[in-house]
Amino acid sequence: QLSLFRLTMKRHFSASHSSVDSKEMKKFQLLAHKWWDEEGEYSALHSMNDIRVPFIRDTLLNMSRNYHLGNPLSGVKILDVGCGGGLLSEPLGRLGALVTGIDPLEDNIRTADQHKSFDPVLAKRIQYKSSSLEEIVEECMETFDVIVASEVVEHVADLEMFIRCCSQVLKPEGSLFITTINKTQLSYVLGIVVAEKIIGIVPEGTHEWEKFVPPEELERLLESNGFSVKTVNGMLYNPLSGSWSWMESTSINYAMHAVKSGAQGQSSPTDALSEMESEQPLATAGTTM
Amino acid sequence: VWDACSEAMIVFEKDDLDDMGYIVENDVIMSALTKQLDAVADRVEVFYRSRAVGYTWPLPSHSCDTSPWVQIELSDGRRLQTKLLIGADGHNSVVRKEAEIKNIEHRYDQSAVVATLHLSEATDNNVAWQRFLPTGPIALLPLSDTASSLVWSTSHEHASELLAMDEESFVDSINSAFWSNVNHSDFIDTAGAMFRSAISLLKPSGTAVRQLPPSVAEVDPESRAMFPLGIGHATEYVQHRVALIGDAAHRVHPLAGQGVNLGFGDTACLAHHLSAAAFNGRDLGSLKHLLKFETERQRHNVSLIAAIDVLKRLYSTRLPPLVLLRTWGLQATNALPPVKVRI
Repeated sequence: QLSLFRLTMKRHFSASHSSVDSKEMKKFQLLAHKWWDEEGEYSALHSMNDIRVPFIRDTLLNMSRNYHLGNPLSGVKILDVGCGGGLLSEPLGRLGALVTGIDPLEDNIRTADQHKSFDPVLAKRIQYKSSSLEEIVEECMETFDVIVASEVVEHVADLEMFIRCCSQVLKPEGSLFITTINKTQLSYVLGIVVAEKIIGIVPEGTHEWEKFVPPEELERLLESNGFSVKTVNGMLYNPLSGSWSWMESTSINYAMHAVKSGAQGQSSPTDALSEMESEQPLATAGTTM
Repeated sequence: VWDACSEAMIVFEKDDLDDMGYIVENDVIMSALTKQLDAVADRVEVFYRSRAVGYTWPLPSHSCDTSPWVQIELSDGRRLQTKLLIGADGHNSVVRKEAEIKNIEHRYDQSAVVATLHLSEATDNNVAWQRFLPTGPIALLPLSDTASSLVWSTSHEHASELLAMDEESFVDSINSAFWSNVNHSDFIDTAGAMFRSAISLLKPSGTAVRQLPPSVAEVDPESRAMFPLGIGHATEYVQHRVALIGDAAHRVHPLAGQGVNLGFGDTACLAHHLSAAAFNGRDLGSLKHLLKFETERQRHNVSLIAAIDVLKRLYSTRLPPLVLLRTWGLQATNALPPVKVRI
């Protein structure tokens, strides 16, 4: 009830949507048509598919009993938040999932829609909507099996609000996949100075170091909002080969997989896969297991 | 395998290695493939008796209104569209030409005559024979205990003569090609014999006991055919949404029996890369994984194609220095098991 009240209050007072930052939107507006040039501004995001798609696919396959030959993600309903031009939605759609991609920028959605329209299989499996996460919460309560928020949380205005909305639209025991950038000296040097200003593999001004999210903080926010963090993995980009790989350290980029608890009550930190009640008293926000 | 201009020969025997190879008639392969295709008829559709008459390539620009896929027009008017077009249409590939992929090619002044032959007597027919004549290699490949397949590479004129002559003369020509010593010169024979003695001092088992090729009695009436030979290599095997495999990508002389094997290798490699891409949800026509296929196959193919061409040129002459070189080279190679195993 408290979060709903906050939501209505925010709606009242601001013209723009609460987790969407209008300054951020302006940055992406200029590049709305460049999404699908694999060698262009977004080439690093294209090659990120080579590790984030297998990560999502294999995590989901390990959790499920069924396997459909040729369509490993058949029947899985996925929400791609901040889908941009659909770079991640399309491979997930090809693997059999039913994907809903949302992005606050209409130009991005237009690009994404046009790109998928030529492929009869994808045209049916993917639908795009120009919208923020909050706007779809009411009609999509507990609708999705999986939410993917890749390279998004470092752009949102209110991270906790974002996570709460994720929880609302996710089915119990559903999965949340996040990839983002850590807030460290190293990520400032490599992620902003080198990536944007020196080599130019990320368009300049894309990222603001202040908004980077350390994995500890993300984990804390997730755990206190009804999620159980299952996996955290560091990611590394090699600008010479243009490819991504996994690494131990999360000091630059990282990926996280969390599962929404199955029990009722979002603040309970019980293990989502366990059916039993926790022996601990209901935890207050902020404590972790 | 042996030389017509000397006594030099090289023998590859099964005892040192696993099965050296298999010789399978084309009809048998086609029949097996057809069975496999029937088994996956729900996923693979074959349009028999059809031809592509036109291709429309996607524009490289990514924000275009026309379809980003390859459009194909068939001779019966049907139109298809695809994410990936694979050109497996032989050394005169239309796909390759339409995609404007440059091809480095050279026509040999040779044609190959092929035929199915019946042997004089049934034998344990498990040996493939090849003799390098100055006009080109003649090979006898076992099919069964009573039949062998002929591949005779020779000049265009000679090939036409062979096709035109009556069956008896044809059979005589074949037997003579395998048995005649008319191309030997005393000089080379002596030099070769000397080298052989030298080897047998150093390595007693290094020279082989001579087996004799079977003699031919008859030729299968309808089976005689000829086709011109050449070498070719496409500068690129892939482009956005296009891949070339088999003879469309590379063409070699039959003397090493590797042409179709290179094609099979291409197929296996492309299938591997496409299946990995599909499991990652990638667009199959994307250049990224197609380039991996190209690099892998070019690395493998180019050296083999070059080597076959060198062998062809080396054995196309009667000039004593080159004959001596190849005679000693062959004898030395025959005496060196590690080299033979590598080959």
